[in-house]
Order: sequence, then structure tokens, then C-alpha cells
Amino acid sequence: MSRLLVVASSPHIRSEMDTARIMSWVLIALAPAGLAGVFFLGARSILVAAVCVISCVVVEAVWQKLSKQKITVSDLSAAVTGLLLAYNVPPTIPLWMVVCGSAFAMIIVKHFFGGLGQNIVNPALAGRVMMLICWPVAMTTWTLHGVSGPTPLALLKGVDGISGATALPSLMDVLIGNTGGCIGEISALALLLGGGVLFFKGIISWRIPVTYIATVAAMSAVFGRSGGPLFEIMTGGLMLGAIFMATDYTTSPMTPKGQFIFAFGCGLLTALIRTFGGYPEGVSYSILIMNTIVPIIDRMTAPRIFGEFREAKKYGSK
Amino acid sequence: MFQSLTFRGGVHPPGSKEITANKEIEALHPRGDLVYPMSQHIGAPCVSLVKKGDKVLSGQKIADSEAFVSAPVLSSVSGTVKDIGMRMTIPGSFEPCVIVENDGLFKCGSALSPHEDFHLLEPKECVKIIREAGIVGMGGATFPTHVKLSPPPGKNIRWVIVNGVECEPFLNCDNRLMLERPEPILGGLEICLRLFPEAEGVIAIEANKPEAIERMQKENFGRELPPSGKSIRIMPHEVKYPQGAEKMLIYTVTGREIPPGTLPADVGCLVLNVQTLFHIWMAVIEGIPVMERIVSVTGDAVAKPGNFLVPLGISVRELIDAAGGFTEEPAKLLSGGPMMGLSMRSLDVPVTKGTSGILALTARSAPQLEESNCIRCARCVDACPMGLVPSSLDRAARLRDYVEFEAMGGMNCIECGSCTYRCPARRYLTQTCRNGKAGVTVARKRAEEVKKTAERTGETK
Repeated sequence: MSRLLVVASSPHIRSEMDTARIMSWVLIALAPAGLAGVFFLGARSILVAAVCVISCVVVEAVWQKLSKQKITVSDLSAAVTGLLLAYNVPPTIPLWMVVCGSAFAMIIVKHFFGGLGQNIVNPALAGRVMMLICWPVAMTTWTLHGVSGPTPLALLKGVDGISGATALPSLMDVLIGNTGGCIGEISALALLLGGGVLFFKGIISWRIPVTYIATVAAMSAVFGRSGGPLFEIMTGGLMLGAIFMATDYTTSPMTPKGQFIFAFGCGLLTALIRTFGGYPEGVSYSILIMNTIVPIIDRMTAPRIFGEFREAKKYGSK
Repeated sequence: MFQSLTFRGGVHPPGSKEITANKEIEALHPRGDLVYPMSQHIGAPCVSLVKKGDKVLSGQKIADSEAFVSAPVLSSVSGTVKDIGMRMTIPGSFEPCVIVENDGLFKCGSALSPHEDFHLLEPKECVKIIREAGIVGMGGATFPTHVKLSPPPGKNIRWVIVNGVECEPFLNCDNRLMLERPEPILGGLEICLRLFPEAEGVIAIEANKPEAIERMQKENFGRELPPSGKSIRIMPHEVKYPQGAEKMLIYTVTGREIPPGTLPADVGCLVLNVQTLFHIWMAVIEGIPVMERIVSVTGDAVAKPGNFLVPLGISVRELIDAAGGFTEEPAKLLSGGPMMGLSMRSLDVPVTKGTSGILALTARSAPQLEESNCIRCARCVDACPMGLVPSSLDRAARLRDYVEFEAMGGMNCIECGSCTYRCPARRYLTQTCRNGKAGVTVARKRAEEVKKTAERTGETK
């Protein structure tokens, strides 16, 4: 032997799945929803998505270079944040605004808190909420087939002056995405398809999406929303939020029990905001609020250590 | 077929067992000198009983200790003691060893006598034979077997579990032994069941060894019932790492969890590896002490992988030669499996009682990966069979916050490596956990010393 042997601590083999591979699968799973957005909302969606992704990646790289850190854009997490942000804005948004949103998400929300895995709230959602506060008109102008109109949930809320005259879209339309909204949120079917990919690749568990969606459906029925539970869960950002945003590893609990609590909280808040709040939509705020209490959820739901019981278990001789 | 419970957590690394699963056990004769480290077991190290220049016989005791938790070392060949001194051992450290020059005659000098009719032996005598034969946990843990077989009074042993799980990837030594020598394993179990008349015998085998399961079942069929009146049960287990870990195995067989800080005997169990039982049978029935063991020599850098029956003390280099040498430069050389094995820095170290496998892995299969930020994906939490949160333990250990590390139950870590195996951020979680455990141990010792000093100064005042 000419080369020296490597001496290291066990284990010596590693699974195939690494961070970059996980992020690639998220990007792949996001593709169907993006295609639906382009199909129903027009080709400008591609431009918006491209600007979002590129600006997030560039901002991260520049920030890491300036702050003398290792540049980690190859882990693709910045690309995922960029795409998720694009999915949360309308296709008509001015491009400079999405660049600002991307920079806010990457620098203030992600890197000020220590970068990947350290941020307290979801960068894409925080970026979207910042944009919603700064540019409310541009962020809530919806068009479908070139005609501007309200989103289904806005109709339900009666926010729009013309809501009385416009009928609610059919369930079929909200399922496939033939309705106004943000680029990535309109097609429930495409999002479910992406969720299926993530589930079968073992990237996410069913716990958060299923609990979240079921809670919203149940609460809508309890609160007597006129659209009905099915309409409720397929409209707005719920599918996108439940499948892709609430399941963000960094900002969701690590323990199974914690994930149920977190998702239930998200669902409850979403239904409350939609029913009693001033906004037609409540997914972003619900997830952001629940994000902030994840550390405490994690602490309170730590798994039971093998062999430890609340009461001393006696293994009698017989 | 009996359906066993499954434990929480665990991982499914590629088995890589096919490489040596069908390779028959091949006996290997030593060419060079044999090196016997004084500490081949958990417990007090032995002291040499021979001097330089002494003649020794194969099976002769060459080192022993007064301590209860210890096991004697026996020569595996006949010849002359060439030297007594420090030699490098598998962990890479230099330890006192007895070096024997082989005369190639294998003249037998075992102090043990055969006991064909073990039924007539007093339990105490039986345990003494096992001690004198130098038997330790041959699965790799190397805990002296006679200590295990002498539980403190009041512990009622209800299960004697035979560990034929072999959940570590690559290894096949236990599998081959079950296929080729099933009768001494069952015989060894019967001897143990005589010691614990109320206990039921269970042989646990992972379901990826169907031939071994079948072979053992066939051999077990129609045997005389042990004292408990319950026939020995062959129990197939789910293929999942670390199924062979003692705590997990006891849980899947009995449904009992071992509380932290207690021993298997506290939940009425005794777990013994198949090779340990083989040696118990050899020692009691044939009067042959532990002089050899089966070692799987495998890995993707080995030319002709195989399973070898080798004398203890043989150089690892001779094993690699017997397996045809390397096809390419290995990046890592391991003693044991890839999940818990020790990486070695030299080929010139002796095989000891706990060497279950020699693995030569290329950089492709055992890569050194760079760590990145934890993304909190919770794969480590899902994988941990002990119900810990490895990512949090990792942080506490790196911050040297040993109080927090202990509070989170870090001392329960069994170092199985499941968390590190799954971590997508490639963090060395098991390694930092080991550091954390060492840190807690040091902190505890220090606290004790401080307390003692305080007491002493208090007295003098």
C-alpha cells in the first residue's frame, strides 16, 4: 500500500441522500405546479420564476462572499427559496419587486440568523409577506386569461366590489387551477402530484400536510364557510403552503408529535384568519406564526428515550 | 412462524452480504509469529504467565488476571515465546502483548478436559470451564461470558437469547457458522439453559438469512426439551439495522425495554452471540478453549473475499493475503462492520477475540464527506433506536455543554451510527455524541473529586 489509510470514527458508510439531492427533489416536485401556473396565467410566470431563482442564488453567493463565508449555493436551498417565492407572487408583479423580496428573504430572514438550517421563519414566506405589506396592490392584482379578477377566496370574502355579480369558480376549475392567483398556488392537482413525489421519495412525511389540510377542512365546516370544505382546501395557498412551506425542515418541528401540533396550529390559524380576519387568505401568516413557536414545540415533544417510562416499570419475575 | 415486534427507528443500509454469503469457512494456517494482546476483552487486562524463551503449547493459558471481569488469553499454536512487549493492536494503540513463534506442530496443551456428559456438571464448574477457556462475547463486544453467566442473586433469567442477527452489512461469519455448524450452537445453548433452568431459549436470526433459519430449524427439530420444558424457538427478525444491538434484540424478543443504567439480567434476559455459544460447546464438551474464530474478510477493495477460520493472534496482513490481496488501494481498513467497526491504520496488527470481520473499502464506498449545516430534517430523530434527538446532542457536545448533553439523555447513545448514516448534511453525529459522552464522564469524575476534596478538608477543620 502506498497511500495512508484513513482512520475515522464509525459509521463508515453513508446513505445516498444529501442536502443537494433533497433540494433537487423539491425542485422536481414543484415543477407540475409551475407548469400549471404558466399554462393558466401566461408565459410571464416563467420570467418571474427565473428572476426569483437567479436573484436568490446570486444574493446568497454575494452575501457569503462579502461576509467571508463558504459559498454554499450548490446545495440548491437558495434556488428552492427562490422558486417558492415566485410561486407566492402574481405573474404580473414588477420584476424589481421580486428582486427586493428575494434579497429580503435571503439576507434578512436566512443569513442574519445564521444561514441554512438556522432561520426561524420560512424565508420565502417572510419574503412574500414583506412584499404584501410594501406593495399591496401589485401583490393582489390577479389576472386569468388576460382579464383581471378576484381570487376565489376573495370572492368568498366579498372583498371585491363586484363579488355579488361573479359566481364562484367550479370545483373542477380550482382543482386543475383554472382560476386567478399566485403562480404556484392555483392548481391543487399539480401540487398534490408534487406532494406525492416528495412523499414517495421519503423527503417529507404525511403528517404535516395531511393534518394541516384536514384541520382547515374541518374548521371550515365548523365555522360554516359558504364554499364548503373541499372548495376551501383547494383554493388560496393552502395546498402550496401545506405541502411545500409548512414542511420546510428548518422551520417545522423534528418530532412526530410536534409535527401534528404544528400542523394543527397552522390549520386552525388559517381557518380563523379566513373566516374572521381581514384577509381572504391566511396560509402565509399562519405558517409564519407557527414557525416562531417551533423551538418550544420541539422541546415539549422530545421523544421518549428507550427504556425510560414515566412510571418505573417493574418487570416481575413472573 | 412467530412474528416479532419491531423496534422504533433504525436504518436500512445496503446489506452487501452477497459478497461472502456463499463462501464456505476456510481454515487458515499462520505463517508468521502470533501476537496476543493482554486485553482482548472488556475488563481488567491480563498479566503474562510466561517469560521470553518459554515453550508454549496450543491451548495453554499464557496470560490471566485475578479480577472477576476479565478473561484469560490462550496460545493458539505451539512454539516459543519470542518476546513480551508493546505491539500495535487494532485500535491503533500500542499495548502489551505476548509474541509466540509458531513451531508448526500444534501440540495440544489445553488444561481443559472434555465433558461428554455436561448434564452431570455442577453449574459452578461449568462457568469455571467457560472462564478458563477464555470465552468472551464473540460478536465484537468481548464482554467476559462467565460474568454474564453469573448474574447477581435475585435476578431471574427467563430468556437466553442467541444473537444470530448479524445486522452489520458485509459480515457473514455468524451466518456461515449457523449454516455449517448448527449443532454446537444448539448444544451450547442447551448448556446455558441447564444453568438457568427456568429460562426459555430463543435463537434470533435476521430474515435475510433464510438458509440459516431453515438449517437451525431443521437441527432443532425433535431435540430433547430443555429443563424449562419449552422447546428452543428459532425466531426470524425484521431486516433492520441495529436489530442485533442487545437492547433492540431483547425488546423484539420479549417486549421489554432495558431501563437506562440497568443490565439485561434486570429484565430477565441473557444475550449470547452464536460464536460464543459455539465456543461454550467446544470448551465444555471437547475441552478446547478459544484459540480461533471466524472472520469475514470482505469489502470492495478485496480480490477474493471469504470467510476464514483463523488462529487468534494471526496478523491481519495474512488474512488479506489469503483473500487475494487488494484489487485497488483501500481508503479504509476496518475491523468489524461498516456501521460500528474500528478503522485501522496498519495491516500489521493481530486478530483478537472480537474481530468479526476485516473490511477493505474503497473511497467510493467509504467516502470522507465534508460537513454542512444541519437542515433540521429530523432523519436522525427517525433513525435513532434509542429515542434521542442526535442533532441536539450534536450541538450540545460541540458547545461542550455537558450538562445539557446529559439532560437530553445523551448517555443512552449506543453509538450504532444510524443517525450519521442518514444525515443529509453529512454531519459526524455519532462522533460528536461519543465526545459528549466522554465529556460527561470526565465532568462526573471531576465533580466527584471536588466533593471528596471538600469532604476531606471539612474533616481536617
